[in-house]
Amino acid sequence: MGVSLGFHIVFASIGVGLPLLLLIVEGLWLRNRDPDWKLLARRWSKAFGILFAVGAVSGTVLSFELGLLWPGFMGYAGGIIGLPFSMEGFAFFVEAIFVGLYLYGWELLSPLAHWLCTIPLVISGAASAWFVVTANAWMNSPTGFRLDHGRVTDVHPLEAIFNPGTPIETTHVMISAYLVTGFAVAAIYAVGILRRRGGTVYRKGLLVGMLLGSICAPLQVITGDMNARWVADHQPAKLAAMEGQFRTESGAPLRIGGWPNLASRNTDFAIEIPAGLSFLAYGNFNAVVKGLDSFNPGSTPDPRPVHLAFDVMVGIGFLLLGLAAWFFWLLWRRRRVPEWPLLLRATAAAGVLGFVAVEAGWMVTEIGRQPWIIYGVVRTAAAITPAPGLLWSFWISTAIYVALGTTCAALLLRLAGATRSGLAEAPETEP
Amino acid sequence: MSAAVLDYSVAAILWVAIVVYAVLAGADFGGGVWDLFARGPRAQQQRAAVSRAMGPVWEANHVWLIFLITGLFTAFPAGFKALSLGLFVPFSLVLAGIILRGAAFAFRAHASGGRARQRFGLAFGVGSIITPFLLGACVGAVATGQAIQPAQTTEQLLLPWTTPFSLVCGALALAICAGLAAVYLTVETRSSGLPELAEDFRVRALAAGAATLVLAAVALPLASSTAPALWRGLIGRAAPVTALAAVLAVFAALSMLRRRFRAARAAAAGQVVCILLAWALAQVPQLVPPALTIEGSASPPEVMASLLVTYGVGAAVLLPSLGLLFYVFKGRNPAVL
Ligand code: HDD
Ligand code: HEM
Ligand code: HEM
Repeated sequence: MGVSLGFHIVFASIGVGLPLLLLIVEGLWLRNRDPDWKLLARRWSKAFGILFAVGAVSGTVLSFELGLLWPGFMGYAGGIIGLPFSMEGFAFFVEAIFVGLYLYGWELLSPLAHWLCTIPLVISGAASAWFVVTANAWMNSPTGFRLDHGRVTDVHPLEAIFNPGTPIETTHVMISAYLVTGFAVAAIYAVGILRRRGGTVYRKGLLVGMLLGSICAPLQVITGDMNARWVADHQPAKLAAMEGQFRTESGAPLRIGGWPNLASRNTDFAIEIPAGLSFLAYGNFNAVVKGLDSFNPGSTPDPRPVHLAFDVMVGIGFLLLGLAAWFFWLLWRRRRVPEWPLLLRATAAAGVLGFVAVEAGWMVTEIGRQPWIIYGVVRTAAAITPAPGLLWSFWISTAIYVALGTTCAALLLRLAGATRSGLAEAPETEP
Repeated sequence: MSAAVLDYSVAAILWVAIVVYAVLAGADFGGGVWDLFARGPRAQQQRAAVSRAMGPVWEANHVWLIFLITGLFTAFPAGFKALSLGLFVPFSLVLAGIILRGAAFAFRAHASGGRARQRFGLAFGVGSIITPFLLGACVGAVATGQAIQPAQTTEQLLLPWTTPFSLVCGALALAICAGLAAVYLTVETRSSGLPELAEDFRVRALAAGAATLVLAAVALPLASSTAPALWRGLIGRAAPVTALAAVLAVFAALSMLRRRFRAARAAAAGQVVCILLAWALAQVPQLVPPALTIEGSASPPEVMASLLVTYGVGAAVLLPSLGLLFYVFKGRNPAVL
């Protein structure tokens, strides 16, 4: 399931972000009829066709896997938290319908009607992300039901959807989708320009991607900080694991980097900023931060992956922020899209790093929640399927994803190559 | 509303989702079958016709399955759990088929070179065959009451969906999908002014219809011996519907023979509705026979009520959008609808 989610989230993020970019570039084309914008829209529309199909099949796998791998979880939680998944179903309908209209409607619909199709795509993409993340937020802060001798009663689905974790987690995730899509698009055109395939289309593609990414980068850091403070209040063991905090202390330092050493119960080699953690988490330099050692043994997550993943995410968050600032400073100074090779290389890297940050962030959330699958209510071990051969299905599904991912990447590269070699419109056989 | 009314309303909506999935997405799978078995001088045109018909709509048609799954685990978590445990292997294989079919279809549209296209085409065809086959076998396993045991040993993993009855159900599902696709394609190709292609698909529709009749003739006696409860329902409570399914099948074949393609299309789709209705009637009030009833596995009434509200609101968004999609791609040419 972790593998499937890690795979799906890449396509899902693009599925949320790309419609917004399509709305922008096709809208610009409608306004000023500059053929560059049209070319961008058509190219992205083809890529979207491939990415959406892969997102759809991998999402289907997930909805089955909820039952196949976690029957205990779904038997328990289905009634409480199934509702957002059912609502998500309608978002998928809208998305799939308008994807069909958008991809295959270039000739059939009037330009305005075609552009209008991007609006339901943007809305339904955002909605599907929002709904599914409410389910994940509920796993972090389950509300909306009562336990009566192990039986679930008194279910209030709306309360479960609007659980305390929802506002902040959904915001952080949705912004991340726009962020990674923006930098990924910028990266593709940065590589193109680096290979001396200049031209106005490339600068426009770079600019649009960078704009979206750069607007989101500061928001991502701000919501991330709010997210961390929420975790400090609701899941202190996760916070301790994120920060490599073994002992309870007041004036706890912020540890950057380092490796949590389980034997010596200390995070080695970290750069420590005195009292930094107490301040960031609770707004007070003397606040007490609970350490892992203050929880019952067996009820805390493994701090090593969580701390590492957290530092990776935060590190990338600040790198992207710095890149955005650099780009727009140069843009403002020169009044034209900057083409410094170093900047372009950094942009190319940012396209990949965004996805790394997303994966790392999910590691923090999911592994940091362990040993619980529903925080404080159901342990992961109690929810897994008893079916034999799980390892087999794990390796087979991993192999399928690798094959799917590489094929998809190869096709997308070919599409990018087509943009390069023939800037004029290639004959449109099929979208 | 009383709890029972809520439970049955949701169950009925989920049944409708199965029907729509079978009638629409079933034809998309069938299209994959005909893509794989495209033969004769017009093989390439046949493939092109399949792609044209499927391209814009298959993802929307596919969502009915997602709708069904999410509805099932929200409304009947105990049923979903039992099915996931009992049908672990076929469900996993269905997923492989869905990935293969969907990804290969999308990839093929962008592949360069004949070799790559051929390979994606093969994957597309194979995925289109195994998925409906296994889904049919799963229905067979549910109907015989063998899906309920959690599969823990190798034998239990294989048993419920490999009984003769389940396998025949799988083959039946495949034949029905292939038939639907061929029938729909006769209408679409003729109205796009491609009469030779319409003839090709007419022959295929007749072949698939014959296979469907034969398989149904095998399935019914098998049901009487291996799935007595289902059998009693089919010839008892559901008898009129079962009979209507048979009548419609014959009517579809006759219309096809006389090249009345649109009548054949209506009859073929109606036949699928009747088959699924007969199954549902024969099985009610069981959700997963023999032990899980609809009411017994339902979520609390608060959940069912909010789900119904969700469906109501969702339908207000969904139905117009769906109408637009089919109007743009299937309805512009009035002969198609
Ligand atoms: C582009 C991606 C990206 C970037 C740059 C950041 N994040 Fe993030 N973060 C995510 C993408 C992400 C995510 C993948 O979207 C997660 C996973 C689960 C979730 O809610 O969002 C996440 C989770 C997540 C969590 C765990 C929430 C939980 O377990 O409930 C915290 C505490 C933070 N983030 C904090 C930050 C901070 C302080 C950042 C500062 C720079 C930051 N994130 C940048
Ligand atoms: C609603 C959304 C989600 C649900 C219901 C969910 C469910 C689960 C469950 C049941 C586990 C089992 C715990 C375990 O393996 O130890 C798990 C773990 C995991 N999930 Fe999630 N998850 C969700 C979102 C995500 C997303 C979007 C990602 C990533 C991109 C993700 C990544 C992971 C990973 C990496 C693990 C493994 C943790 C470990 O091995 O300890 N999850 N999740
Ligand atoms: C347990 C977790 C998840 C499940 C069960 C799930 C389920 C699905 C399903 C069934 C689809 C296919 C819809 C179609 O056919 O169009 C899908 C696609 C999608 N999912 Fe997920 N999903 C999960 C996690 C996520 C997360 C965390 C996000 C948000 C960031 C997300 C956002 C999307 C989006 C935007 C699509 C549209 C397809 C695309 O554009 O690629 N999903 N998902």
